[in-house]
Amino acid sequence: MPGRLVRRLIIAMVVACTMLAPLPVAAEEDATATLRIGFLAQAVKRSPPQPYLDAPPADEGVAGARLAIDDDNTTGRFTGQQFVLEETVMPEGGDVAAGFRTLAGEGIRFVTTDLPAGALLAVAELPEAMDVTLFNAGAPDDELRAEKCRANLLHTLPSRAMLADGLVEYLLTKQWRNIFLVTGPTEADRAYATALKRAIDKFHARLVADKPWTYQPGARRSDTGHYAIGAEVARFTQGFSYDVLVVADEDDEFGDYLAYATYDPRPIAGTHGLVSTAWARPHQEWGATQLQDRFLHKAKRWMTDRDYAAWLAVRAVGEAATRAQSVDPGPVAAYLRGDKFELGGYKGLPLSFRPWDGQMRQAILLADARALISVSPQAAFLHQFSPLDTLGVDRPESQCHFR
Amino acid sequence: MPFPLTDAAAWCRLLPFAVIAALACGAARAETVLVSNEKGNSISVLDAASLKLIRTVPVGQRPRGIVLSRDQHTLYICASDDDEIDQLDLDTYELKQPLPSGADPENFALHPDGKHLYIANEDNSLVSIVDIEQRRVVGEVAVGIEPEGIGISPDGRWIVNTSETTNMAHFIDNDTRKVVANVLVDSRPRRAVWTADGKEVWVSSEIGGSVSVIDPETHAITHKIKFEVAGVPKEAVQAVGIAITRDRKLAFVALGPANRVAVVDAANYEVKKYLLVGQRVWNLAFNHDESRLYTTNGVSNDISEIDVPDLRVLQSVPVGAEPWGVVVRP
Repeated sequence: MPGRLVRRLIIAMVVACTMLAPLPVAAEEDATATLRIGFLAQAVKRSPPQPYLDAPPADEGVAGARLAIDDDNTTGRFTGQQFVLEETVMPEGGDVAAGFRTLAGEGIRFVTTDLPAGALLAVAELPEAMDVTLFNAGAPDDELRAEKCRANLLHTLPSRAMLADGLVEYLLTKQWRNIFLVTGPTEADRAYATALKRAIDKFHARLVADKPWTYQPGARRSDTGHYAIGAEVARFTQGFSYDVLVVADEDDEFGDYLAYATYDPRPIAGTHGLVSTAWARPHQEWGATQLQDRFLHKAKRWMTDRDYAAWLAVRAVGEAATRAQSVDPGPVAAYLRGDKFELGGYKGLPLSFRPWDGQMRQAILLADARALISVSPQAAFLHQFSPLDTLGVDRPESQCHFR
Repeated sequence: MPFPLTDAAAWCRLLPFAVIAALACGAARAETVLVSNEKGNSISVLDAASLKLIRTVPVGQRPRGIVLSRDQHTLYICASDDDEIDQLDLDTYELKQPLPSGADPENFALHPDGKHLYIANEDNSLVSIVDIEQRRVVGEVAVGIEPEGIGISPDGRWIVNTSETTNMAHFIDNDTRKVVANVLVDSRPRRAVWTADGKEVWVSSEIGGSVSVIDPETHAITHKIKFEVAGVPKEAVQAVGIAITRDRKLAFVALGPANRVAVVDAANYEVKKYLLVGQRVWNLAFNHDESRLYTTNGVSNDISEIDVPDLRVLQSVPVGAEPWGVVVRP
């Protein structure tokens, strides 16, 4: 179909037919209760990262939703509920709103999205979206959880504020109080840096240097290219007294080149080195091995944070439908937002949505490429209601006034 | 290299059921505590009387659930990453030929007939039934995602399996090997433990931090036990291992990262006390006369010994890396 690619996966049927040996009584009575969950994304041409090692997967995000629908249906066959994923991936420059209208027009009331903040907001404001629960599994922007929050929008991807808080809690636990911040050229990099500065203020760390990265090294992959960049990183970091170099480089433009090249021997953290993230390949605790294995088996690659956020969204709908014992949008949406909702997310503490801004509470992993280093909230950071609320924007500071 | 304690245990078994024998064996307390070390890939063997480490036996990869054979001479071990059940001869401490298990066996239970193991295959949503003598899988039952705990009714008629991500306790009819009921419990159910009289099944929920008491006839949750520990965030209060005394007076529930074992009055389901043990307390096991309870503490790499009549923690002793399962061999 020109301008639009709509794929429907009736995975539930496949699961039901291939795996189902003993049909329980409940399922026989009420096998037709079906809940359809939309997945809306836009293909984005992403520049290959530097270094050119891990090309972004084409099915990032949606692969998590596909696994979650399988997981929902494994439970559903015992409860007589069936879950179907309706995928709509718009091409670059395509009309995302039209894609959304198609989903909503088919009666779908839960839509997981992997969209940039602007496109997501435009969808959330459509009249057709008023009675739809949207899940943001792709945009970490803090403003979506603050002045631009929407009542019909829940967030399963952690905000940048949560990532920054999770990192700074750990740095303070290590007594690495003096932070050198290097920020890349993009808007996303600046947003991440803003979140870091907020976290530094919040937890009383110290920003001892704050420099933009402007160096354009030219042909990095040419022979001897490492001389130039190594010399530049040493110059860039000379003359400061700091404990840790924190980098804001969401597009992988230069962050990988900082380690082992600074003037003083210092660790790297942020978007590179010790990365704060919703999900990481080395994570194996709290049963995460099982989710990693299921994802590897199905998607033939490792799960990313956006896959995980989409998995959370589709599982959240499934969990709410199981608990509410209904596939009707009303009770499911109410359960999702209620105080009884809790989702096991393979990160220890149960996950739930913050009533003040729709953000899913969750632990933040701190990992490098090969090892899980720590998990925030750190033990020493206490909170009167939930330690998870030490991460990100808490109720008293929230700028979100739902409308 | 004879082991006098083991010999004493054998000697006790040979005695007739006489008061004098009970006294003699009780006094000697020639019991052995066996602990599986998930990261250590080993079984720690401790003398129960002194809690001294007797030996550490290397076994298969990622040993988790452990169960004693009915004659108490063999320890069955879920070697999760080897996809098999190891058999450890407890007289020679040598591994016998392993049993098949299905993929990723996490936990299991021995049927009262002593001949069949019911194994939760965590990776492929199955419960596998293994005939020990024939050394083969004789049945499979499809259950929810990440099957975990297995509890078999004392009469052998019903198998209860919990599935961690589906959040259910599945009741399986042992004769037809079909799921007959699915009971939705709180998030991430772990253990399913029957009371000795077969009248209740207790199911712990790790993330939910609760224990659901289920009536096995109606499949209804009759009580839900919640835990609250002063000074511990409620998210860190997670229910895992369960041990219930045979007289159904007391129950113990391991609370994971809350580092405590809850003592529950099993008659009125009220929490009497919290006992501070090691970090991430996971599984529990009584000794034979239920005077002692042992806990595995996965993060602090030790086990704790609880005096059951006095309800206090006596000591904690180091074992291997990430202790997971524990059983006591009489």
